[in-house]
Amino acid sequence: MKKRPLSFYFLSAFFGLFVLFLYGPFSAIFLLSLQGPEGQLTFPMRGFSFYWLASVFGQQRVGSFVEAFQRSLLLGLLVMVITVVISVSAGMAFRRRFIGSNFIFYLTISSLIVPSILISLGIGIVFSLLGIQSQWYSSALAGHLTWTIPFAFLIMLGVFNRFNPTYEEAARDLGAGDGKTFWEIVLPLIAPSLIGVALFGFTLSYDEFTRTSLISGEKNTLPLEIFGMTTNVTSPSLYALGTLTTAFSFLLIGVALIGIQFFSRRQSE
Amino acid sequence: MLKNWRTLQPYLLVAPQTIVLLLFLVIPILTIVAVSFWEFNGYSMTPGFTLSNYQAIFASKVYLTTYLNTFKFVGLVWFFTILIAYPVAYFLAFHVKTLRWQVILFLVCTIPFLTSNIIRMISWIPFLGREGVINKSLMALHFTDKPVEMFLFSDFAVVLAMVHLYVLFMIGPIFNSMMRIDRMLVSAAEDAGASAFQIQKEVILPLSSSGIAIGTIFIVTLVMGEFATVRLMSGGQSSSIGYLIKNQIGSLQYPLAAANAVILLIITLMLVFAILRVVDIRKEL
Repeated sequence: MKKRPLSFYFLSAFFGLFVLFLYGPFSAIFLLSLQGPEGQLTFPMRGFSFYWLASVFGQQRVGSFVEAFQRSLLLGLLVMVITVVISVSAGMAFRRRFIGSNFIFYLTISSLIVPSILISLGIGIVFSLLGIQSQWYSSALAGHLTWTIPFAFLIMLGVFNRFNPTYEEAARDLGAGDGKTFWEIVLPLIAPSLIGVALFGFTLSYDEFTRTSLISGEKNTLPLEIFGMTTNVTSPSLYALGTLTTAFSFLLIGVALIGIQFFSRRQSE
Repeated sequence: MLKNWRTLQPYLLVAPQTIVLLLFLVIPILTIVAVSFWEFNGYSMTPGFTLSNYQAIFASKVYLTTYLNTFKFVGLVWFFTILIAYPVAYFLAFHVKTLRWQVILFLVCTIPFLTSNIIRMISWIPFLGREGVINKSLMALHFTDKPVEMFLFSDFAVVLAMVHLYVLFMIGPIFNSMMRIDRMLVSAAEDAGASAFQIQKEVILPLSSSGIAIGTIFIVTLVMGEFATVRLMSGGQSSSIGYLIKNQIGSLQYPLAAANAVILLIITLMLVFAILRVVDIRKEL
C-alpha cells in the first residue's frame, strides 16, 4: 500500500472541522434544552432537568406546538405519498423518448430554479384572486409539491437509468401484462430507492419554510410556528422544541436508512 | 388500439406531474407577471396596465441598495461554500478509498440538511449572542474586554448561517462530478510528472467544473430569494429582495411585490443562463 500523502491528513482534519461546524450548533441547543427551570439562552448550563422538554407539550402562551406538529406531520405524509406516486409515474414515462419530454424535463428543473418566494407569492395571489381561502392542506400543499417533485423526479431518472430491463422483459415473455409487470417486478426492484424518495418528500415538506410562509392560511405549520417564536420567546423552550423536532428528523432518517438496507439486502439474496 | 395505448402511455404517466407544475408553478408565475402591471391605489389593486410599479422600483435608492445587498450575500455565500465544498468533496472522492465509507461520510454531511432550517439558524444563538461562546472565549483570552456586538444580528451572522444551511448544495454536485473522473487520468498526470497543484489545476478542477456550476445555480437561486435567514440572523437590520417582497405582501402591496418578484426572477434566470453558457451541465444528468 502506498504511503498516504500529507494532503490526506490535512484534508481529514479539514473534513473533521467541517463535521464539527455542521453538528456543533445542534449539540449546543441539545445541551441547553436540558437546563433547569432557571435556564437561559446561552452557556453555561444552569442546572439539569427535563423541565423545558416537558414544557413543549404544555399549553404555550404563543400557540400550541402539538397542533402545529400534527399539521406538519399530516402535510408531510400527504406530500410524501403524492410525490412518490407522481414521480414514479413520470420516471416510468421517461424511460422512453416521447415528443415533449424535453419540455417537461426543463419545466420540472425550472421548479427548482425559481426562487421559493415566487412560488409562495404566486400561489397566494392566485388563491386570493379566485377567492379561495389559503390553507395548509391546499395552498401550502401545492407549494410543497413544487419543491419535492423535481427532487424526486431527478432521483427517479437516476434510478431508471441504472435499471436493468431484462427482468421486465422476462416477465413480459412469460405473458405478464403491463400492470402485473410493474407491481410484481419493477416496484419491488425500485423499493429501496422509493424509501429515499419518500424520505426526501417528507422531510423537505416537514421542514419547508419559504414555500409555506405566505400561503399557510390562518393555522401555522411547525416551521412557521417556530419562526414566530424566535421573535418573542427568550427561554430555552425554543431550544427544547428544536431538540425534539431534530430528534424526530434523525429518527425518521434512521428508520429510512434501515429500511433501505433491509430491502437492498433482500434483493441481493 | 394496442398501438395507440403504447404511444399514449408516456403522456398519461407524465400527466400528473405536468398538471401539478402547470397549476402551481406556471400559472402562479404568469399571474405574478400580470399583477405586476396592475394598478395599486394604496390599499387595493385593480386590473389594468401600468408601469408605475416598475418605475417606483427603478426610481428608488432604497431598492437599489437592497438589490446590491442581496448580490453581496449571493457573492459571499457562493465564495465560502466553494471554499468549503471543494476540499470536502475532493477528500470524499479521492482520499476515502472504499465506496462504503464514501457513502457513510456523505450521509454524515447530508443528515443536517434533512432537518429544519429554522432550528439550524436558532442553534447559532448560543455561539454568536452577546453572552455567547465566541464572546466569552474572546473575553477570557483578553482579546476584548466587552462583548463584540457584531456576531449575532449582523451580515456576518447572515452569511455564516447561509453557508451552514446551503453548503451541501455545493458539496453534492461537486462530489458527484468528481466521482465520475477517471482515476487513470490522475495516475497518468502523476506519471508524466505533474505536481499536486498541476493535477488540481489541469485535471480535477476542469473535470469538476460542471458540478461547481450546478452547485452555483443552487446557491444563486437559494440565496436570491432568501428572507428567513436575513430576517432572523440580522435581527431585521439587513435587507434582501426576498425580505422586501415579504414585507410588501404583509402590507398588501401585491402589485409592487409582484414587480419586485419579476425583477428577481429575471435576474436569477439571467445568472442561471450565464452559468449554463459557460458550462454544459447536461452531461451530469
